Amino acid sequence: MEGALALKDRIVTLAHGGGGRAMRDLIETVFTPVFEPPDMEDQARLMDGALQEPGARLAFTTDSFVVTPLEFPGGDIGMIAVCGTVNDLAVGGARPLWLSAAFIIEEGCEVDLLHRVVASMQREADAAGVRIVTGDTKVVGRGAADRLFVTTAGVGVIPPGRDLSAARVRPGDVAIVNGFLGDHGATILAARGDLALSTDLKSDCAALGHLMEAVLAVAPGTACARDATRGGLASALNEIAAAAGVGVVVTEEALPLRDEVRGMCEILGLDPLYLANEGTLVAFVPEAQADAALAAMRSRPEGRNAAIVGRAVSAHPGQVRMATSFGGMRVVDMLVGEQLPRIC
Amino acid sequence: MKFASEFRDPTLAKALLARIAGVADQIGATREKPIHIMEICGGHTHSIFRYGLDKLIHPGVEFIHGPGCPVCVLPMSRVDECVEIAMRPGVIFTTFGDAMRVPGHKMSLMQAKAQGADIRMVYSPLDALELARRNPDREVVFFGLGFETTTPSTALSIQAAAREGLTNFGVFCNHITVPEPIKALLDDPHMVLDGFIGPGHVSMVIGTHPYDFIAQNYGKPIVVAGFEPTDLLQSVLMVLMQIAEGRAAVENQYARVVPENGNPVSLAAIADVYERRPSFEWRGLGEIDASGLRIRPKYRAFDAEEKFGIGYAVGRKAYEEPEGCACGAVMTGRIKPTACPQFGKGCTPDMPLGALMVSSEGACAAYWQYGGSRGMAAG
Amino acid sequence: MCLGIPGRIVAITDEARQMALAEISGVRREVNVACIADGPLEDLVGEWALIHVGFAMSRIDPDEAERTLQALRDLGEAQEALDAMAEGQKALEAAR
Repeated sequence: MEGALALKDRIVTLAHGGGGRAMRDLIETVFTPVFEPPDMEDQARLMDGALQEPGARLAFTTDSFVVTPLEFPGGDIGMIAVCGTVNDLAVGGARPLWLSAAFIIEEGCEVDLLHRVVASMQREADAAGVRIVTGDTKVVGRGAADRLFVTTAGVGVIPPGRDLSAARVRPGDVAIVNGFLGDHGATILAARGDLALSTDLKSDCAALGHLMEAVLAVAPGTACARDATRGGLASALNEIAAAAGVGVVVTEEALPLRDEVRGMCEILGLDPLYLANEGTLVAFVPEAQADAALAAMRSRPEGRNAAIVGRAVSAHPGQVRMATSFGGMRVVDMLVGEQLPRIC
Repeated sequence: MKFASEFRDPTLAKALLARIAGVADQIGATREKPIHIMEICGGHTHSIFRYGLDKLIHPGVEFIHGPGCPVCVLPMSRVDECVEIAMRPGVIFTTFGDAMRVPGHKMSLMQAKAQGADIRMVYSPLDALELARRNPDREVVFFGLGFETTTPSTALSIQAAAREGLTNFGVFCNHITVPEPIKALLDDPHMVLDGFIGPGHVSMVIGTHPYDFIAQNYGKPIVVAGFEPTDLLQSVLMVLMQIAEGRAAVENQYARVVPENGNPVSLAAIADVYERRPSFEWRGLGEIDASGLRIRPKYRAFDAEEKFGIGYAVGRKAYEEPEGCACGAVMTGRIKPTACPQFGKGCTPDMPLGALMVSSEGACAAYWQYGGSRGMAAG
Repeated sequence: MCLGIPGRIVAITDEARQMALAEISGVRREVNVACIADGPLEDLVGEWALIHVGFAMSRIDPDEAERTLQALRDLGEAQEALDAMAEGQKALEAAR
């Protein structure tokens, strides 16, 4: 298209947010050719048969993404924006259907970056089986956003009869994670550069909708699942323990951790239980279905390294404890503020 | 992980715990009348709690958590001075992560950052040097905090800055020494200590002879220990054996890292760059003679106190502990963290009153992190 | 400040500034080796050192490490023997 992004500048300016021709050019060069929204109206108009089944429920979630750096080994802000929202739907037992994507772009952001982010998002959406159907763009002055913020909202359908919730967890239920812990958090720490640590680590960012469906097909009694994003596995377990009024015990030996993540944690004095993940969840499954659930996870690429890490117990309700590889027991509390590297 | 995992072997630990129990019984140590062993260094405190050694060990052995946490003994007025420097225009203030949350009288460095001060966390003083090289129009200040383990790295960095002729690099020096506060504790008539676990990494710099006075003048055993759980347990055993045999000596359990005479390059750098302050203020312990280091006049150009006219360069302000803060009593072993009236109430990791709750190796933070806010019931 | 971790020197990166690349469980960081250099820097490659805040501060002596571990293993065996004797004694007494 003519005038298309007289991006001879190749950077976004305030004009691109003005609502006029420049903005239209930005949208039609960067976003719509890739996302191909079904309507060019202010709203997407959609229907899926599954929503009309008696007993079906609509699931709806939103999240904002502000990660720095925007691009890192294993992914970028677009990838986590799609996976994050898809996963929030999937862990609730919903089949993800449609996403919206809103972009707040800082003046001076390179258009090529936007192209890469959008390409990531479409690729993840395709893999997850969802469509990005509507969105928004705003441009703000220099310094008002860290180059790019992305907000996605997603809707999905929960089939009739399915009701995952933390409150349903019972003592004896087995806690299973689908892969290595802390890869994303450790990758971001290294990628920030200020600690001058280099590794071959990559973010674990992945959409988990198919994995959840595989698990629920063989373990319909699954009580709940949570993705272990900010605050890591420890935070997810504490939330579940509190909501369900059960205790949780995990076994340190059973936690799947890559050597490099262990190394980063030892160097910086961090606890891997609190590092963020973007493609790792924890599911609580009744004991009788645990083996089947584990096998179902391992049958998926995102679940190759799935492992049983602990169980819900009736003791110490609301509290999470860890049996240490040393033979002791320690409490795993909620994270306070941000985990800071220590040198002592 | 080589040289670490092997020393975390639980089967080795079992044997050590059994042997410790045997010796403890032999010398008549019980829960009511325990042997008091002080682990001086905060890193040891952290290890003890991380591996639950205090719960696994014979009840007749009680750990007293010593003042070897440089963040914990940092007076609030020094934090205030950091904030003041950081707020000066053009300054990039660099610091280790642990120090960011320590409360000053008005605010912590973390809060000052939120208010717009350019405060950056670094892993190494070398990274602060690099910032100075890359930002010639900015004044880069490094918060030099720590015992003798960290003192040489700051010294070597100052020497490098001098060699390169950098004019925009300075160090706010808060380096302190281990032997002096130990002597102060031993001189305290209320102190009841039977032995010491000596700091492992301080000793790799200063060697083991600086602790001779503890054994020779005060008759207490001291064993320099590594940081893995079997290191600590083996060291406890060695202390108990000395007590059982009526001996008092300096022993080195961490010989794989700690040379008897320390590290010559580090010691030379420290001697070149620093001199002792006549006295230095320690949170919870008051003034201790000759326990703090300042940058020598020949390196005045790199001394942030001189550059900014602040701190000891212009005379100190008196400080007060916040109302109800019992950090001093906990740090000198007089009370346990859970006996502090503020623990879990007015002082939590979220809203710390004192440094022992902020620093992750402070006894209070360790109790919280590994024992939970409600603590763990025995068994 | 005590957090030090064993790392292996894998390369010299800046001879003049005495900088080397250290590796800890696959994580790499440039460290200053002034404290452990007592000859050509190249000789340090392959050696293990205690790394703290970006400085290699002390060489780790593998023989000393093995001695410490062996002492612990010996203690383990001796303790097992002691325990076995104690069990045997208890059994004898119970039988009386």
